[in-house]
This record gives sequence, C-alpha cells and structure tokens, in this order.
Amino acid sequence: MKEFLIGNIDGKALPHDYHTILGSISFFLMFVFIVAFLTYTKRWKWLWNDWLTSVDPKKIGIMYFIVAAFMLIRGGIDVIMMWLQQVLASGSDGYLSAQHYQEIFTAHGNIMVFFVAMALIFGLVNYIVPLQIGARDLASPFLNTLGFWLYVAGVVMVNMFFLLGGEYAATGWLAVAPLSGKEFSPGVGVDYWIWSLQISGIGTTLGAINFIITILKMRAPGMSLMKMPLFTWGSLCSMVMAVSVFPLLTATLFLMFFDRYIGTNFFTTTLGGNPMMYTNLIWMWGHPEVYILMLPSFGIFSEIVSTFSRKSLAFYKSNVVGMIGVSAVALLVWLHHFFTMGASAEVNSAFGVATIIIAIPTTALVITWIATMYKGRISYKTPMLWFLGFISIFALGGISGVLLAIPPVDFQLHNSLFLVAHFHSTVIGGVLFGIFAGLNYWFPKFAGFKLNERIGRYAVWTWIVGFFVAFVPLYILGLMGATRRLDRYDADTGYQPFFTVALIGGLIICAAVALQAVQIIASYMQKRRLLDTTGDPWDGRTLEWSVPSPAPSYNFAVIPTVSSREPYFDMKNQGIGKIKYTDIHMPKNTGFGIYISIFAFLIGFGFVWEIVWLVVASILGIIICMIVKTFNDDSEYTIPAAVVEKMVEVQEAKMRSLAKGANHDEEDMGLMQFIKEAPVWAWNLVRGIK
Amino acid sequence: MTDHSLVIDKEHEEAADDRTMFGFWVYLMTDLLMFAVLFAVYAVLRNNTAGGPSGRDLFSPELALAGTLILLVSSFTVGVAMIAARNGLKNQALTWFGITFLLGLAFLGVEAYEFYEFIHEGHTWRTSAFLSAFFVLVGTHGVHIITGLIWLGTTLVYIVKRGLNKPIVRKLALLSLFWHFLDIVWIFIFTVVYLMAFV
Repeated sequence: MKEFLIGNIDGKALPHDYHTILGSISFFLMFVFIVAFLTYTKRWKWLWNDWLTSVDPKKIGIMYFIVAAFMLIRGGIDVIMMWLQQVLASGSDGYLSAQHYQEIFTAHGNIMVFFVAMALIFGLVNYIVPLQIGARDLASPFLNTLGFWLYVAGVVMVNMFFLLGGEYAATGWLAVAPLSGKEFSPGVGVDYWIWSLQISGIGTTLGAINFIITILKMRAPGMSLMKMPLFTWGSLCSMVMAVSVFPLLTATLFLMFFDRYIGTNFFTTTLGGNPMMYTNLIWMWGHPEVYILMLPSFGIFSEIVSTFSRKSLAFYKSNVVGMIGVSAVALLVWLHHFFTMGASAEVNSAFGVATIIIAIPTTALVITWIATMYKGRISYKTPMLWFLGFISIFALGGISGVLLAIPPVDFQLHNSLFLVAHFHSTVIGGVLFGIFAGLNYWFPKFAGFKLNERIGRYAVWTWIVGFFVAFVPLYILGLMGATRRLDRYDADTGYQPFFTVALIGGLIICAAVALQAVQIIASYMQKRRLLDTTGDPWDGRTLEWSVPSPAPSYNFAVIPTVSSREPYFDMKNQGIGKIKYTDIHMPKNTGFGIYISIFAFLIGFGFVWEIVWLVVASILGIIICMIVKTFNDDSEYTIPAAVVEKMVEVQEAKMRSLAKGANHDEEDMGLMQFIKEAPVWAWNLVRGIK
Repeated sequence: MTDHSLVIDKEHEEAADDRTMFGFWVYLMTDLLMFAVLFAVYAVLRNNTAGGPSGRDLFSPELALAGTLILLVSSFTVGVAMIAARNGLKNQALTWFGITFLLGLAFLGVEAYEFYEFIHEGHTWRTSAFLSAFFVLVGTHGVHIITGLIWLGTTLVYIVKRGLNKPIVRKLALLSLFWHFLDIVWIFIFTVVYLMAFV
C-alpha cells in the first residue's frame, strides 16, 4: 500500500547532508518570503491575472529573465564550489566527496545551458522579435505560455533533489551511457536529469515552432525576408535549428528512460546494446544546441554594431548567408566530440574538416561587423563594450576550436581542461556577452529607463578581466594534462597554483555579476534621470524603437508598412503619414499553460519515484486540459479603433508629462555614491511597501 | 460593425487558419524526426539479437499486412470524412469519422495481439537490443494512434453537440493530416521492420 501511494520515497530520501539541508532551507525561506510578501501587499490576484496567466510575449519574456537570473546565481554557486574543491584537493581529498563534486558539475552544465542561456535567449526573442517584425502577438500565444511554464517545470525538477532524493546525476551534463544506465547509476539522480531536460526540452520545441511561424507568417506588410532585422534572422536560424534537433533529444531521452525503467537494451553493455549510439545521438542534439544559443546572439551584435556606429550594417546579405551557413554546417559536425570513439580516419577527417569550415561563415560575420564600424561614428556605450569583449574572447575560443577540430590534436587534448576552456570561451564570449549586450541595449524598451553607463562599464571590464584570469589557467592546465571533471590530484602535478588563479578569476566574475545587479538597482534609483520618454533612446533603426517604452500590450497601435531594411530610420527622416486606427484583436489570458505544466511536472515526478497512479492521473489531467481547451472557441478579445486612439492619446500625454518631470542635470551615479545612497533608498522602499 | 471591419475580421481569421496549418506541418516534421531517430536506432540494432529470436523467426507477414491494409483504408475514410465535413454534411462526416475511429481501433487490436503473442512466448523488450528497438518503434507509433483516437473521439463529441462550425472544421483538417502522417510512418515501419526481416 505504501509503495502504491508514494512509490520509492522513504526516510532516506529526505534531506540529510549539509548541502541538501541548506538548499531545502533556502528554498523554504524564499517560498515563505514570497508568500508573505504577496499576502501582505495583497498582490495574489495581480500576480495571477497580470503575469502568470498572461499570453503577452513581453511579459513572458520578462518572466524568463527573472527565473534565469535566479538560476544564474544557482549555477554560479556551483562553479565556485568546484573551483574551491580543485584548489584544496591538491594531494588531499578537499572538502567535497567525489560523488558530490560530480553532481555539482553535472548540475552546473545543465543549469547554465538549459535554464540560464536558453531562457535568456527565449526571453529576448519573446520580447523583441514581435516588435521587430511589426506583429502584435505570436502565432500561437497559448503555445508560448505553455513553453514558458514547461521550462519552469524543468527548473523546479532540476532543483527538486534538494528536497527529495538528495542526489543529482553524477554523469556529466549529457549523462553518457552506460554510466547513466541503471547498472552504474541506480539512484534517482539520473531520473531527475532525464525529466528536467525532457520537460523543458519539449517546451523548447513548442516555443521554436511558434517563433518560426510567427517570423515567417506575421511580418508587417512590405517586410520581405531580406528586409528583416538581423536579430530576427538570427532567431529564425536558431529556431529552425531547435526544431531540427530537439526532437532528437526527446527521442534519445525516452530511450534512456526505457533503458532505466523497463529494462530495454538500447545503450547497455549487454544483450546487444550500443552505448556509443547514445553518444552519437546526444551530440547530434548537443552540438547544434550551442549554436542555437549563439545565433540570436550574433543577431544582437549586428543590431548593436549598426546602431552604435550610426551606419546601416555593411554586407547585410553576407551576414544573413553567414548565419544560415553556420546553422547548416553546425548540424554536420557532432562527431568531433568523440574523435577517440575509434571511427576510421576518413570519418574523423570529414568531421574535422566540416568543423573547420564553420570558421568561414563565422569569420564572414565578424568581417561584416568590422566593416560596419569602419568609418562609423562609434559611440562606446555599454552594449558596444560588451561587443568588443565578445570579439576578444570569442577569437580565443574560435582559434582553440579550430585546433581541437584537428583529430590528431584532439587525441591529445580530448577530455582535458583545454576543451573546457575552449567551450567556455565560445559560450561566455559568444552567448553570454551577447545576451548581456542585448539586455543593456533593449533595457529601456523593457523598463522605460536606460541603464547606468558608469557602473555598466565597470561590470563589462570586470567581466573581461575575470574571464581571462579564470580561463587562461585552464588552457594551460589542459596542455599540462589536467582532465576535465577532475576532483582531486597529486600535489606533484603542479596544478594547484593554476587552479588558485582560476578561483580568483571566478571570484572576479562574481564581483562582475554583483556589479551588474548594482547597475540595475542604481539605474532604478536614478530612474527620473535615465527616463526614456521617446521610445528611441539610442537613435535606433528598427521597428521596436518606433513604439513607446515600455511597449504597450498591443505593441503597435497601427501596423507599420515597411519598405526598407531600416524602417524606423526612414520614418524618422521622412515623417509618418496620417494614421488611421482599426480594431485590434488580442488573445485572452489563459491558465492552461500552467495547469498542463503542473501535470507534466507530476508525470516526471511520478516516474522518478515510480508512483504509477500519479503518472496515470497526470496524463489524464493533460488530456482533460486539452479537451476542455478544444471546446473553448472564444480565445480572443477586440479593442475597438476608438479605444485604441484614446489609449494612444493617454500614452502620449503620459510621456509628455514624464518628459517634463525628467531630470537630466545629475550624472550617472558611480559606485561610491551608490554605496552612500543605497541603504537609505532601500529603507524607504521597505517602508513604502503597501 | 462596419463592412470594412468585417473584411478585416475575415482576413484576420483566414490568416490565423493559415498559421495554424503551417505550424502543424512544422510540428509533424518534428514528430517525423523523432521517428527518424527510432528508425536509425532500429537499423543499428536490428541484428543485435543477443542469441534471442530474430525478426524472421518472430514476425508474421500476414498479420502485418492486415494491419497495413486496415490503416490504409482508414486513411481513405478519413479523406472522405473531410470532404463531407468541408461541405457541411454533418451526418456523413460523423459516419465516415466513426468508421475511421473503428478502423483505428481494429489496427490497435492487431498490434496489441502481436505484442501479446511475443510477450506470451517470452520475447519481451528485455530479451535483446533488437526487440527493444522493435517494441519502442512500433509502440511509439501505437501511442500516436491512441492519441489520434482520443482526439478523434473528442471532436466527434464536439460535432454532435455543436455541429460543424468553422473552428472544428479547421481542427479536423489538422486531425486528418495527423492521421495521414501516421499512415506514412506505418508504411515505413511495414517496409523497414517487417519486410526487411524477410530479405
């Protein structure tokens, strides 16, 4: 009976070591704080109606940012724990057990790739793409909210082991077989891994389908494909790739799940199973995944370079072809992750050459950016500084990547810290800096005020310095023979000084992240000074700058007609003709995304602990949700033209009064002023609640 | 409401239909890619019988052919049903969709019988990698058929209750696409799994 009700859960599953207890306590405190805050300020209804059930891509985008920011801190704590262990474990055992250390690096990889980078990219795409293409919402607003909530379900699942189970997968971020099979990983760690990736991965597929349709079918009249803004192009390439490879992940995870639960023999070492097939399948998804993150980021850089050089992007077509080229070739290189598998020299060299070929379209992209800057009137605002940081770090990652693509070199460097350093150079430089640049660039659009430039500059430079201090030692360690996932080593290897430098670099990066948080808070404190009352703080060129900041719920009061690649730039020069308002159709909010995601989470949870009734009930729950939704024909509401006109007038009046009250006399506050003023400001904020 | 806004409403609705259809095609592609993985896995593992029975020992071509024919006929009936639905012929549409539903059930019956026989003889997915791949590939198709039947059943109830209105005809078009898609996948299963076993 007990087994029927709660499956394999027993007393041992409850938190009992220091890290699960600490984790559980902090989650509990966060939960209590949020509940108390919402109840005290009477905001439950507001939260549910205005945010959680919203289908507005702008709100969903911001929710992505918030969850991802929490997960960035969570994944960052993992890094510092790992590097501390590596510093301490020279000729001793350090402070972490081998099992715990391996769980940490698995969680770090999963969290940073899935729940931070993917989420930030999806957040940006959600907010910006509809605005750039002149659309009011997405092709399917429901799929978008479902995708977001499935992502949240994945986030909860990946952290669930703190509360119940006490172990995460200790298998590396891709859980290679046969290590991840039941024989070698009997605990629930790998099960949590499977279901957190499975649920959020399905969300990603749905989201990607939605964005492809939105971009291809909902552009403003006149915007042909070759007139699309480059961030939209980057997002389109990225989403097409996602649709091509995420189903592979889904299928592979199901096969792994069958191996673990019902005893099939796909990836086992016995009865004809083939573990290398798992490695192939997972990398066919895993390699393109990095490019899925990278391409929108390339698009962000194109936008930023063009805006801050005050020129239209040079060689637009080459840039587009370059992005398409990167995404096409990126699908054909997965085998370079395991040249040592033992494939023939022909196979290895084919994949090696394909990998090196990727450098060509990538270089074409960099050349278009440099050509854009050439003879431009460059203003070195924070987004532009992030771009320059990207160029320096990404060059390092690119060159080390070409080195690793040569099979004989790879045989030496395979699974070494050189590889880890290469990967982080590309992903931090290429993806994370792109996201930060984009967040800085579009922040006025999200919030209605610009970000503090002074502290922003500090953050960029601290990040760049921290990056090199942290990762150059890893390149050297890799060449010295230190392997990845190394949790302890002999003192006479001489690794310790390098690991110490890496840890210092990690702490510098922590300071940089703290500065980013300070940047946002300081900007909020000086909001009246940084106010964006025009909707166009950077003298932008694309349509997102033609609407007020923050963008109204319907995005565009009148859908613009586009005749060039820089529609807003033309509008500013030529003026806008007479405006004629029409009725606007908007999707209604829906809670089905949340309900279905809760059931999806329970399916995963039920499988992890083998609670059959929960799985069956949750599957039924999803089916019922879908049926109820089928019977609900009424999912839109209409804003009449007259009301639209009124809303626009109100908005404009508000902007005028804000502009009058704006205070441009002071300067952006520096760090010292922040330290002086923040406590008083925070105290007033706490007092002012309610 | 003025005539002008009526025109815009109609355009708005047609554009939405168009997007849903396109989106569903892209979804079918993703589903096809999942099947592609399962086919690839089957191709890699089909000779890894680990001393257990091979496809030639197990499969009965007659049974597979029966299943194939049932599914092919159901693809035809769903087509006829769609023509009736598009012309607003409620009763005809209900009849043909009903027949499709029954044929789908019959197909599932054939598949379940085959699985039951194998398991009864002691050849389960645990026996060998080949059988793991077989059960998962064919079983995944079966799960899709079950999904299709639930979807079909729901829409039938909807039609009985609310008639053939526009939104439901749109959803039916997607359903029939889904059904044809499953038919195509099955033809590949019939070829790669059943026929190839006897080559």
